[in-house]
Amino acid sequence: MNAIAPLDLSAVTPLLPQSGVANMSRRGFLGSAGALLLGVALPLGRAKAEEGAAAIPPKPGTRVPAFLEIRPDGSVKLLSPFVEGGQGINTGIAQIVGEELDVNPARFEVECAPPGPDYALVNGIRMTGGSFSTRSSYAPMRRLGATAREMMIRAAAERLGVQSSELETDDGKVVHKASGRTVGYGELAAKALLLTPKDDVVLRDPATFRYIKRPIARLDVRAKSTGKAIYAIDQKVDGMLYAAVQHAVHFGSNPTALDNEAAVKAMPGVHSIHLLPGAVAVTANSWWRARKAVEALKAQWTSPKPTGIDTIAADFSSQGMLDALKGSKSEALPAESEGDAAAAFARAAKVIEAEYDAPYLAHAQLEPPSAIARFNGDGKLEIWLPNQMPELFQATAAKTAGIQPDQVIVHSPMLGGFFGRHFMYGPSNPFQQAILLAKATGRPVKVLWSREEEFLNDALRPLSHTRFRAALGADGYPTAIEARTVGEGPIGRWFGALFNTPVDSSAVEGVVEKPYAIPNRKMEFVKLAHPVNIAFWRSVGHSMNDFFYEGFLDEIALAGGKDPFELRLALLKDKPRQKKLLQAVADLSGGWKRGPYEAEGGKRARGVSMASPFGSETATIAEVSLEDGSTRVHNIWVVIDPGSIVNPAIVKAQVESAAALGLSTALFEQVVYENGVREAKNYDAYQILRRENMPAVHVGIIESGEPMGGIGEPGLPGVPPAVVNAVAALTGQRIRSLPISKTKLSGV
Amino acid sequence: MITLSINGESHTVDVEPETPLLWALRDTLGMTGTKYGCGIAQCGACTVLVDDQAMRSCQFPVSRVGKSKITTIEAIEQDEVGRKVVEAWVAQQVPQCGYCQSGQVMAATALLKETPKPTEEDILYGMSNLCRCGTYNMVAAAVRQAAA
Ligand code: FES
Ligand code: FES
Repeated sequence: MNAIAPLDLSAVTPLLPQSGVANMSRRGFLGSAGALLLGVALPLGRAKAEEGAAAIPPKPGTRVPAFLEIRPDGSVKLLSPFVEGGQGINTGIAQIVGEELDVNPARFEVECAPPGPDYALVNGIRMTGGSFSTRSSYAPMRRLGATAREMMIRAAAERLGVQSSELETDDGKVVHKASGRTVGYGELAAKALLLTPKDDVVLRDPATFRYIKRPIARLDVRAKSTGKAIYAIDQKVDGMLYAAVQHAVHFGSNPTALDNEAAVKAMPGVHSIHLLPGAVAVTANSWWRARKAVEALKAQWTSPKPTGIDTIAADFSSQGMLDALKGSKSEALPAESEGDAAAAFARAAKVIEAEYDAPYLAHAQLEPPSAIARFNGDGKLEIWLPNQMPELFQATAAKTAGIQPDQVIVHSPMLGGFFGRHFMYGPSNPFQQAILLAKATGRPVKVLWSREEEFLNDALRPLSHTRFRAALGADGYPTAIEARTVGEGPIGRWFGALFNTPVDSSAVEGVVEKPYAIPNRKMEFVKLAHPVNIAFWRSVGHSMNDFFYEGFLDEIALAGGKDPFELRLALLKDKPRQKKLLQAVADLSGGWKRGPYEAEGGKRARGVSMASPFGSETATIAEVSLEDGSTRVHNIWVVIDPGSIVNPAIVKAQVESAAALGLSTALFEQVVYENGVREAKNYDAYQILRRENMPAVHVGIIESGEPMGGIGEPGLPGVPPAVVNAVAALTGQRIRSLPISKTKLSGV
Repeated sequence: MITLSINGESHTVDVEPETPLLWALRDTLGMTGTKYGCGIAQCGACTVLVDDQAMRSCQFPVSRVGKSKITTIEAIEQDEVGRKVVEAWVAQQVPQCGYCQSGQVMAATALLKETPKPTEEDILYGMSNLCRCGTYNMVAAAVRQAAA
C-alpha cells in the first residue's frame, strides 16, 4: 500500500490565482467581446518564470506563427484557443481565418493550442465556455487571417520581383495577373511568417464572404463517423499503467486502511494499490483488471464531518437542502431594482405569489473523464486531459506535482461532450489522481473513472429556488414583480476571486434583466452555499431561472385574464428586437395558438417563453400532449437572434442539441441525495432524453446586427418553461418543481 | 488465451474469460474506435457487430464470442452497408461531440442489414443508443438516407 498525502486544497481552490488579476464585475466580463481587456490572468509562477523581455505578453490573437502553420502542400494547421466538444468551433474558426487568409476551410486541420498567452482571447482569459468562443474570436481571428494573407503577398512580391499592389490571392495562392505567375502559400510560408506583420491590414468586405455565413461542412464529421476521432479516453503512451479508482461513499472522508490488500494485489494484472485523498486506486496492465481489483478492495474510511462545505454530511439530502433554501431568513442583496415595488403592491388590484425550484443535475456527457500523467526524463510533467482552460489546469497540475507551470506540457484532446463538465472542479477532475499515481509508481498512468464513479463525483448544476410575487393592476397587467433567489452559483464558487461582486450573476441570470415592461421590480439574492461541489452546466443559471421566471409570467397572464403570448407581446412594446423574435417564433409554428386543440386524434396545447442568454435572444414554443399521464413533446420551435452568425448549419445543430438537453431536464433529470449519498449511479437510474422522447425541432435564425452573442447554450433555457407552460394549457396543472416526471399529470 | 475473429483477422488475447469484449478491443488490441459510455448495456456507445447483429460489447464476455465474426467501427467502410451508412452520416452532418457515433453507425449498419427498408417504428426500436448531444433527429435522417 502506498499512502499519498492528502491534497493541498490550496492547489485546487480558488479557481483562478488572485495575483495579477484585476477585480471586475461579471457584467464587464460578459460585455461585448473585447470591450474590456483584463489584466492578463496568467497562472501563478508564469510571470516569475518569464521575467525579463519575454515577460511582456503578446497581445492575444495577434502573433501569426502562434496560430498558423502553413505546410508545403498548402494545407493549414490552425492552433485554436478553444477546445472542440461538438459545438463546431474548429470549423467555425477555420471559416473565419480561412475567409481572410483566402484558404478554403476544408483544407484546415484544427487543434487545441498548448497553454500560452497568445490564446487568452476571452477578455484576457483563455477558456472554452460561456458561449464565448466565436463572439470573442471573430474580430481578432479575421484580423489574424488578413495579417497572414498580407505577409504571403509581401513574401511573394519579393520572390517574384514585383510590387505587392500588383498581387492578388486565390485560395491559397498568390497570383500575379499581369504575368500569369502564381506561388502557393506552402512555398511562401517559411519566409512569409518571419516578416514583421502589418497592423493596418484591410479586412474583406462582408458582401464578398465565401465561407463566413455559409453552412460549411464540419471538419471532423468523417473522423467521428468512422471511429477515428481521438478523445482523452483513447490516448495511450508507452509503458502506461491503467488506474481505476473508488471514491469515498461520503464526499469529504478519506481512506485509512485496507482489509484485503494482499488478496487484491494477487489479482490478475495488478501492479499497485494506493490510498489517495478521498479515494482508493489500483493500477494494472488493463483498465478492466484495475477496475475489478479496486472494486474488490475493502477500505476503511474516516467518517464524514458532521457539517461544512468541504464534506457531505451523513444525513445530507437534496430535499433537506431545498428546505434550507426555502427556509432561509437571511437578508437579501438587491440583484435588480427599479421603481417602487412596495408602493405598487400596496395599490395592487390583485397579488399572486409562487415558489419555483429545480434540482441538482449531472453533466452526463457520454465520455467518462480520464487523464494521463507522465513525468519525462527532463523533469517535465506531460498531461493529456479533457479541459476547458489549459492554462489553469497547467497551473494546478504544477502545484500538485510541486513544479513550475512551465514544466507542465498540456494536451487538450477533443471532448466527448462537455456541457460545462471540464472546468476545474477540484476533486471532481481525475487529473490530479493521475499525477499522484504517476509520481508514486514512476510510470505513466492513465486514470479513467467508471460511469458509476462519474455519476457519484461529477460537479453538479446547483439545486435552486426562487420565490416570486407579482402585483396586478385593475386592467390585469402586472405593475410590479418581486423575486427572492436563494442559493449559490458556479461563478461565485469558482471565480469568486475574479468577480468580486456580492450578487452572484450565475445564480440570478434569467430572473434578472428580463426584457418585459413591468415598471416596478425588486429582484433579490441570498447566498447560501452548497456542501455539494457545484458546476457550470450548459446555460448555467439560465438553465433553471428562465423556467422560474417564464413559468411565473404565465401565471401572471392567467391571473390577469390574458393570453400568455399576448401578454408577452404587450410587455415587449418598447423592445423591438424581442418583439420581432416573439412574432417570428409564432410564425414559424404556424401562428400562435395555446389550445388545447385536437390534433392527430388527441388533445395538444402549446406554451411560449423567451430568454436572453449569453448575449443572444431566443423565443421558444413547445407543443405537448399527454400519454399515459406523462408528457409527450411533439414539436419545439426556437427562433434565435445572436446578432450575427458564422455558420447557419452549426447554429441550427447547436440550438437543436441545446433544446434536446433542455427538454431532458424538463422531463427527467435530477440528482437526488439521500443520507449523504447520490442515488443514481448510471443511466439506468439517471434518466436522460432518449430517441422516443425526441420531438421535431424547428430552428429559425434572425441576424439583427446587434453585437454577436453565444450559440452553444442559448437554445436551452427557453425549452423547460415552454414545455411547462404547454402542460398547464393542456391540463391546468402548474409545474413549479422540475423534473415534470415527479408530478402525476391528469388527462383532460 | 482466447482467439477472436475481428474484422476478418484472427487475434489472440491473454485476458480473463469474463473480460468484456469492449476492454479486449480497447486496451488489449488498441482498437479504441469502440467507446465506453456506461458499461451496463444502457447507452450503446460500445456497439459492435457479432455475426452482423448489433451487440453491446461492454456486457459481452470474450468467452462467449466463440467462432463468431466481430466487426468494429475500424472496418466499417469495408462493409457495403457500413459504407453507405458512413456516407449518409457525413451527408447529414450527424455527429456533434461524436462520442456516441461509433455505436450509432454500428447500430444503423446492423439495422439496415436486417431490415434494408426500415419503417419509422423500426428506426425507433433499432436505434436505441443514447446521444447526450441530442442528435436523434439527424441519426434518423441519416438512416433513412442510407436506406434509400
Ligand atoms: S458502454 Fe456498453 S452500452 Fe454503454
Ligand atoms: S454526438 Fe455527442 S453523445 Fe452523441
